[in-house]
Amino acid sequence: MKEKYLINARIIDPGNDMDEIGGLIIDSKGLIKAVGKKVSNGNLPAKVDKIDLKKQVLIPGIVDMRVFVGEPGYEYKENFRTLSDAALSGGVTSVVSMPNTLPAIDNVSMVDFLKRRGRDKSKINIFPAATLTKNAEGRQMTEFGLLKRKGIIAFTDGVKTIQDPQVMTRIMSFASQSNSLIMQHAQDNILSDGGLINEGEISTRLGLKGIPFLAEKIIVERDLSFLEEYFCRYHISQISSEKTITVIEKAKNEGKIFTTGVSINNLSLNENDIGDFKTFLKLSPPLRTENDRKALVKAINNGVIDVIVSDHKPEDEESKRLTFSQAATGATGVETLLPLALELYHNKSIKLKKLIQAITSNPAKILGIDKGSLGKGKDADLCIFDINKPWIVDKNKLKSKSKNTPIEKRKLQGQVFKTFVKGELAYERI
Amino acid sequence: MAVIKKLKAVKIDQNHLLGIQDISFSQVSEIIKQAKTFITLNKSSSKKIDILRGKTQINLFFEPSTRTQSSFELAGKRLGADVMSMNIVNSAIKKGETLIDTAMTLNAMHPDIIVIRHQDSGAPNLLSQKVNCSVINAGDGRREHPTQALLDALTIINRKGKIEGLKIAICGDILHSRVARSNIYLMNMLGAEVNVVAPKTLLPHSIERLGVNAFTDMKKGLDGCDIVMMLRLQNERMQGSFLPSAREYYEYFGLTPDKLKMAKKEALIMHPGPMNRGVEIDTNLADDINRSVIREQVELGVAVRMACLKIFCKRN
Repeated sequence: MKEKYLINARIIDPGNDMDEIGGLIIDSKGLIKAVGKKVSNGNLPAKVDKIDLKKQVLIPGIVDMRVFVGEPGYEYKENFRTLSDAALSGGVTSVVSMPNTLPAIDNVSMVDFLKRRGRDKSKINIFPAATLTKNAEGRQMTEFGLLKRKGIIAFTDGVKTIQDPQVMTRIMSFASQSNSLIMQHAQDNILSDGGLINEGEISTRLGLKGIPFLAEKIIVERDLSFLEEYFCRYHISQISSEKTITVIEKAKNEGKIFTTGVSINNLSLNENDIGDFKTFLKLSPPLRTENDRKALVKAINNGVIDVIVSDHKPEDEESKRLTFSQAATGATGVETLLPLALELYHNKSIKLKKLIQAITSNPAKILGIDKGSLGKGKDADLCIFDINKPWIVDKNKLKSKSKNTPIEKRKLQGQVFKTFVKGELAYERI
Repeated sequence: MAVIKKLKAVKIDQNHLLGIQDISFSQVSEIIKQAKTFITLNKSSSKKIDILRGKTQINLFFEPSTRTQSSFELAGKRLGADVMSMNIVNSAIKKGETLIDTAMTLNAMHPDIIVIRHQDSGAPNLLSQKVNCSVINAGDGRREHPTQALLDALTIINRKGKIEGLKIAICGDILHSRVARSNIYLMNMLGAEVNVVAPKTLLPHSIERLGVNAFTDMKKGLDGCDIVMMLRLQNERMQGSFLPSAREYYEYFGLTPDKLKMAKKEALIMHPGPMNRGVEIDTNLADDINRSVIREQVELGVAVRMACLKIFCKRN
């Protein structure tokens, strides 16, 4: 590989507290050789080819902590190749793949399959998560130690929550032995039984059974109580309500160590967007009120929430063209994560640095991977975007195999133009 | 006079009746006006006219129903339409066909109207997006049952002359009731004051936002009311731990002569049926011809459905 010289970019790297006009040199092994304002046209040899980024923004490749692939078992919804194409066009270079496949990722042999498919079919870095329990049934825990040794980065039942408190305490205490990361999708099954959308005026009007905020809050409260006695690396995958934020804020103030994520959908949309039974907005956790949304935005700003995820969940059209109660849950989002997040910057809701941090250095730090920042000697995983470029979401132009975007026809500002993975130009918008 | 002229000029260009939430005051007035003419027709010896001759009406009932289905069937036949009722129990739906596939199949038969009842809220909306004909909602999940509310309105107007300014109490299982929701929207639209009365476990979240006063004390809720609408309490509600027992429910939320005293002397009792005597309503009250208009509701139901079929049937 030839050395590459990227110049004249606005480099934002929250992990190193950098926001300056400068350049970046990629060495022949695909690693970052130098980064920052010193890398400029004047300081580089005149003869070499330079890529002038014309003041576009250069950030570390995005790390998306919650992505559903579909391999194995649901290849018709998304496979590694289509996921990779979708991710790259959105500047995402690393994803944590959820284990809710068929069969579920709950044993060592599945990990080999995933790693092989991920390596052969995709250009992005796939960090597979395994289930916390066999077949994500919430009963028998999986082999945390052996799975971790094979390369599993985190453990989660994905769309499911560990309901049984005793199982949860045992998971937490056993996982601490192998220093494994536990990620909990927080929703009480009984309180949310049959629930379809946020419980409130909209659920009353649409005649749909509601999911009360309490279903989320009590699981978070329970797990944080457990954490006092059974400390482990604990992450709440996504939260959706203001009341849960209060619980998290209090626990953090008390010195408890854990992290929290939120889906970009819950930051950018609310229950009113469901309108006339739009099944593409049937999500878990559900979209809640505008007040909840605002509280989530605030929680990103003040650091109560650490990570923003796409919660990319491809579903084929047949699974969505049903009545609201029969339709599948989830929406695609990996390729629109950054542009939709930038909406929150443009409307002055969230500082740019906080936004970038929540999709790069913070998730990398939680996962314990050497990604998400631009240090010398690191893999040159880069995302380069025009922060002002206006465009309109068109589901037919999205690269994911499934077209269930929750933001069809939305006017966005900011678009990815180049994505590098390990020094290679893996995507370029023409 | 101006108002009446305006009403006459009304043209309904929308072809579906999905819910009271989707129709306007003038559309409601038009339906009521038309229905009144059909009341007379239904009492005459020759009940059949040919407004919908040559039109095909399909009744697509995914939930068991006796009165609504037969009411729609009769309404269609009296207007001269060819009416077909689909028996879902034996149909392809049970074999895994989706609603949209069923809709496309039916659509290929070129019906003019589909009357649908479905257990899922929003099913008629989905159907209406996929077929070329008019869709009339005969009850979807817990969302809406517009023709029931319209027939209730007609019954009240028939007895009281108007709805504006009346105080109406809707009592019982509001949470699971589409009849309650449609009536809340309609009675509010027509200028009534609406109270809902239910135990807290059967009151939907944020119900006040729909423009009603919520009561858990039935006597307070009935105070000064002109109309008392009772809702059916399904026995399954005891299992779901919404209520301890039918006995406890009847004690606090059943309509008894004692509680009815709180309402106005000439207050009317309504019920969408089928009734659970001794659970939500005292059996003598249900049969009291001076107070109860329950049978009249059924009678006017046919007239209202004739009006809806006539008005919403897609014109070629």
